[in-house]
Amino acid sequence: MKVPLSWLKDYVDIDEIPIEELSRKITVAGLEVEEIKFVGLNPPVGDKHDFKVLGMPWDKELIVVAEVTEVGAHPDADRLVLCQLNDGEQVHTVLTGAPNLYEYKGKGLLEKPLKVAYAKLGATIYDGHKEGYHLTKLKKAKIRGVESYSMICSEKELGISEEHEGIMVLDDDAPVGMPLADYMGDAVLDIAITPNIARDANILGVAREVAAIFGKDLKEPKYDFLAEGDPINGQVFLEIKEPELNLRFVLGLIKNVEIKPSPEWVQRRLRLIDQRPINNVVDVTNYVMFDIGQPLHAFDYDVLLERAEGKTPHVYTRTAEKGEKITTLDGIEHNLLPHNVLVCDDKGSHSIAGIMGGTETEVSDQTTTVLLEGAHWNYINIRKSLGNLRMHSEASYRFSRGVHPAMAERGVRRGLEFMRLWSGGIVSKGLLDEYPLPTADPVVEIFSRDVRRNLGVDLSLKEIGKILSSLGFSVEIGEKSLKATTPDHRLDIDHDPIIAKADIMEEIARIYGYDNIPETRMADVLPKQRANPSLEFEENLRDLLVALGLQEIITYRMTSPEREGRRLPPEVKPDNKPYVELVNPIAADRFVMRKSLLSSVLEIIEGNLKIRERVAVFELGHIYISSEAGPLPDEKPRLVIAMTGPRQNTDWQVKENLGITDFYDLKGICDEFLNGLHIENFTYQGHDHPSFHPGKCASINVENRQLAVIGEIHPAVHAQHNFRDTPVLAAAFNLESLIESAPLRHDTVPVSVYPPILEDIALIIDEDIPASKVEALIDQTGGKTVTNVRLFDVYRSEQIGQGKKSLAYSLTYQDPDRTLTDKDVAKLRNKIVKRLERELSTELRDA
Amino acid sequence: MLEKLEQIKLDALAAMDKITDQESLLVWRATYTGKKSALMDIFNQMRELSKEERPLVGKRANEVRQDLEKRYEEKQSEIKKELLKESLQSEILDVTLPGRNLSHGRLHPTTQTLRRIYKIFAEMGFQVYRSREVETDDFNFTHLNMPQHHPARDMWDTFYTNTEGVILRTHTSPGQIHAMKEYFPEPIRVILPGMCYRYEQVSTRSEMQFTQVEGLAVGHDITFGDLKGTLSDFARRLFDADVRTRFRASHFPFTEPSAEMDVECFVCNGDGCSVCKQTGWLEILGSGMVHPNVLRAGGYDPEVYSGFAFGMGPERLTMLLHRIGDIRNFWRNDMRFLEQF
Ligand SMILES: [Zn+2]
Repeated sequence: MKVPLSWLKDYVDIDEIPIEELSRKITVAGLEVEEIKFVGLNPPVGDKHDFKVLGMPWDKELIVVAEVTEVGAHPDADRLVLCQLNDGEQVHTVLTGAPNLYEYKGKGLLEKPLKVAYAKLGATIYDGHKEGYHLTKLKKAKIRGVESYSMICSEKELGISEEHEGIMVLDDDAPVGMPLADYMGDAVLDIAITPNIARDANILGVAREVAAIFGKDLKEPKYDFLAEGDPINGQVFLEIKEPELNLRFVLGLIKNVEIKPSPEWVQRRLRLIDQRPINNVVDVTNYVMFDIGQPLHAFDYDVLLERAEGKTPHVYTRTAEKGEKITTLDGIEHNLLPHNVLVCDDKGSHSIAGIMGGTETEVSDQTTTVLLEGAHWNYINIRKSLGNLRMHSEASYRFSRGVHPAMAERGVRRGLEFMRLWSGGIVSKGLLDEYPLPTADPVVEIFSRDVRRNLGVDLSLKEIGKILSSLGFSVEIGEKSLKATTPDHRLDIDHDPIIAKADIMEEIARIYGYDNIPETRMADVLPKQRANPSLEFEENLRDLLVALGLQEIITYRMTSPEREGRRLPPEVKPDNKPYVELVNPIAADRFVMRKSLLSSVLEIIEGNLKIRERVAVFELGHIYISSEAGPLPDEKPRLVIAMTGPRQNTDWQVKENLGITDFYDLKGICDEFLNGLHIENFTYQGHDHPSFHPGKCASINVENRQLAVIGEIHPAVHAQHNFRDTPVLAAAFNLESLIESAPLRHDTVPVSVYPPILEDIALIIDEDIPASKVEALIDQTGGKTVTNVRLFDVYRSEQIGQGKKSLAYSLTYQDPDRTLTDKDVAKLRNKIVKRLERELSTELRDA
Repeated sequence: MLEKLEQIKLDALAAMDKITDQESLLVWRATYTGKKSALMDIFNQMRELSKEERPLVGKRANEVRQDLEKRYEEKQSEIKKELLKESLQSEILDVTLPGRNLSHGRLHPTTQTLRRIYKIFAEMGFQVYRSREVETDDFNFTHLNMPQHHPARDMWDTFYTNTEGVILRTHTSPGQIHAMKEYFPEPIRVILPGMCYRYEQVSTRSEMQFTQVEGLAVGHDITFGDLKGTLSDFARRLFDADVRTRFRASHFPFTEPSAEMDVECFVCNGDGCSVCKQTGWLEILGSGMVHPNVLRAGGYDPEVYSGFAFGMGPERLTMLLHRIGDIRNFWRNDMRFLEQF
């Protein structure tokens, strides 16, 4: 919402208030000033601004009001004229190409001099011939043989609007010689209007807030109009068929209207707020909307008469019939729905209520009699209609946020008076006013303790009353409470007394000043603390994985079945569980919620492999699985670890790399990770999973619970990604199983003070017996005396024999209570070796 | 004999002066104090001396031996010092060569910011409460004082799913209702973190997916002053102990009165810069007193209970704190970005 200060001054005296202070205070009160455009006035000096500042000051010496007394032809150029101009000090000959002066060319001394804005030699203005706003300084020049050193300005050259068709003409009473900045220097605030202050989307609304905040009087207009014509009664009939949707409808009539441009000051005000002036009737409807907030609509009365075929026109409002269509001003045909409200006459519908008028009945250059409509439309219904009609206008913006029905009458009254003044018409006496369901304005009872309880400040009933009165509430102060009646220009105070109280608290806080409410700390009891094991578990996981050298990633949850399909070899069909699907995706390749976290992570690996060889990451996030239990899907937490590339990046010392990350690197990380969670007795078993290499895939299990599937990505899946040649390893953990398997606490074993004895044994064993079996037997047999079993070599050779391998283990023997002797160790070793021989047919190899 | 002793001493000390290394020192020791040395000969010949001479020579011989041994120790330590000095000099590294590569894991920047937020609020008694991302229309809107066709629904561009009434949550506010329903009638202090979704074109400033942290305090006599105090405390912890805050009236359907909190721009100290769009203030969070209809939806009687709520965007905070110009960095997961945190 654009607010020129000159217009604001119609309703509140702000001469004493610096522009930035004004802006700052209304911003804090909820009318957020987004930028200030200076149009002639001086922007504040200094570097500290609270606002984005645009625009240009007008030099008081160099840019002044002047009058053109005569317009003469240029000797060599048809499109240029030479003006005799008096700037109050002397007469100049000024060259200009403004088309709006052609009509005066060669007419001799003008009957009535034209008042204009005159920029002298050295003045800084905007260059009117360039796109956008570029400053330029007036210099002496010769144009087609005539010397030029000054200029009659257009609105664009002064930064008022985009208008550069001709020079700006001032009203006749503009005093010659006065600095232009003093005559019409301005600043325009751009204010963001939130839905709760829709009532302020007009100059009067902003003025009311300014008056309340600064303790000034609001100079509300009188809404009188001079009516000298025949009464409106009998010249038109009015009827509302759906009073719930059309609370009020007001009509006024004006005859003998002469359609022409509006007064210069009106056009200028409209341009300052980015509206295009049209003519003195259409401009009234626009002006009143921005002035006090009521949208109006002007009909050509004679067209209505014609459509009524000589009878008295009958205007009525109703909802659309099934299958009904209408063509609006913009020439578009709309299919209507039953909730769309229409304005009709005897010949049928001609306008969509509150949204757009029809072509046939609109005001034209030939119009002489205008029927002026001001109405109230149900805002929720307008919103629904905007939804199906997909049209937006300044009027529908206001109607869809709610305009008080009382404003309809005020709007028509003010509109008629402006039309009379700007077009010379004669207004018919009286108004037609249908208001079948008058709106009751809420009365709210407020106690001092309410303010204490909600805002934390102590205000007397008198102080509260003063604040509310300043906003237009009628206040009745009683013994213990006050009763505030909502003024008839706002609809945001609820009819529920408790909600209304909250609404009123906001009004009190805004005007009292958010800045003035002291910062305090809650005095209420602390709620009891609750355990949050899943969050703590997840944060612990993150710390463990980061400590293992993995980078955390967070990816998009939205994907497509095609994207996710890449995690499986082409011949494998994904499960057919339905996706959670978006009906209005924003990206064509992200329209379902993911079912696989592995896919998301592989995509990130892929992206990063463009820039480097080694990537090692993890993500902890949800997958979304449609549920049979209800409409909402299951959101299951998952963890995926993935890595690829060299184990270590080479550097100036490590010339050869330490090999390529493989299954056992990932396994090492998984081991450390599970150890970090103190999960005991987890085992690896060969596993089949379509995403993984069949020979390099395992499940991790605790008892019968599967915690994860880990392995090397299947070559066919690898090929579907833009990976490098190195294998990609991944582990997919089920977080729910992890949580179930991780103990809440774990015990420690004492650190023995007695010396350990280390011993190596090498065993020859059949190739197909997994190492884990050997290790498990050593562990079992060694009991608590064998404190560590470490595999340090796997060896195959002809000497050992076909189908055999040698496993070399380093065993640590240690007793918590005494020093072990060689004899003790030998005894235990023999026991272990015998058992291995017996159960796994191993053969002890000579060390 | 005594003269001989003096001569031995003189010879030994003279020889010592020429010694500069450990090996020669050992040879010297053997030569002048060893079993076969002239000095030991004198000890060996002691028996042959007269009773009168014996103690004199004995005493002097012992003195000479002690002197030589002392000299030996001194030399020994001189040589060690010298050796150390040499070896230190020979071991000078080029300290400007790069350190060895380590692969190092890091938390995602969003996680890091979330943890900072959790920590600050935990100290003020706010615990984390999490709830689902795919939500019902009722929890995302209706229970939050936004019935069908409410103008405020325009403020959230929503992703709808193919199941009627099921949407992707546009904020973590549905968690407020879940928490209230679960905790009634206890007082509540929770923060609600999590992923949210908005139907918005992805650009440098906006994402279709983003995390949010909301907060909710419900209890007896909780005031707007408490809201200001709590959130200003938070800002002072997150940004700077003396950062200035400003509360501006604003509008959210689920709070009344509502306020936006700005902090003075820490890039320009309030003078105006491109980060704060020349205003000197940075918008940090939205907040307000919980709307009576929201308290009712959660089961709390607005005449008995009051409370405040607030919400902020961890990505936006991270962007401000680290001068990140493009929000798309967060889910793009380029290691060159992530490794800067
Ligand atoms: Zn700044």
